[in-house]
Amino acid sequence: MADRPVAVVEKRLLDVKLGELGKWLGGRDFTPNGLISSVRSGHDRYYNKYINVKKGGIGGIAMLLVGYVTLSYLWEYDHIKHDRWRKYH
Amino acid sequence: MLFAAGSLKSSGPLGAGLIQASRSLHTSSQSLAPLPPLPEKGGKVRHGIIPEELFQLLYPKTGVTGPYMLGTGLLFYILSKEIYVINHETFAGASIGAVIIYAVKKFGPSVAAFADKLNEDKVAKAQEVKTLAMASLTQAIEDENKEQWRAEGRSMLFDAKRNNVAMLLETNYRERVHMVTHEVKRRLDYQIALQGLHRRMEQEHLVNWVEKSVIGSITPQQEKASIAKCITDLNALAKTVQAKATV
Repeated sequence: MADRPVAVVEKRLLDVKLGELGKWLGGRDFTPNGLISSVRSGHDRYYNKYINVKKGGIGGIAMLLVGYVTLSYLWEYDHIKHDRWRKYH
Repeated sequence: MLFAAGSLKSSGPLGAGLIQASRSLHTSSQSLAPLPPLPEKGGKVRHGIIPEELFQLLYPKTGVTGPYMLGTGLLFYILSKEIYVINHETFAGASIGAVIIYAVKKFGPSVAAFADKLNEDKVAKAQEVKTLAMASLTQAIEDENKEQWRAEGRSMLFDAKRNNVAMLLETNYRERVHMVTHEVKRRLDYQIALQGLHRRMEQEHLVNWVEKSVIGSITPQQEKASIAKCITDLNALAKTVQAKATV
């Protein structure tokens, strides 16, 4: 897909080559407005891909719930650490 | 910052599949009119929680079993290193998971059918409104055309009315002309009658006057003489007639 040359910063993350990663990170928009807009665009992408369709499946909300479960486990890990069965792994 | 930036484009179930996913599904902030119809099916998700894109990502390098191997390996690593600790919540979570999976498998299709029916009803109602509106509008168009056609006939109406008015005017004019001639004739007749009367009266008067003067001029003597002559004439006539009769 070698069409017109696109600036590095505007490429999607998966199209960015490893060497350009630093430049890509540096050029992203980290102002509050930029953060909010990127959150909103991410939400819109997910919503329009999995939920806002005629025959959506369980996957749309199931993935959200799984994400919630993993995130809450992650945040509680420091507390759950104490329930470990063995001290050395 | 890394987390904020990375989480949106790369991490989690979303990011892995963005290469293959059709980019046209993703939104721009423009609103098109008419709106494009919703896509039929959502992004494919395997086993309910893993998006298909992960499998497509790993397929070239590891074939079909790649992601499953990855999953198993990850699971054992997490369990053995006790990154995931098995405690009382594990049991609770497993029971809840089992119930949820059973419920989804059993009642999923019927719930989906119900939701589809709701959608269809909404669409049918909107469609009905639309067809009704279209029908009324086409009817309005037809009526409008009919009115236009009728308006074209107006000129004929006006011609007829004009003809009527012209006829009335003509009739009136002729009546008046007739009246005028009639009146004029009446006056002329009167004059003629008057003249006739004059002449007759003069004539009669003259005759009377002549008669009177003649009668006046006959003296009584003349009258006797004429009567005697008349008698002798009559006698002579009688004799001749008698003579003829006997012959």
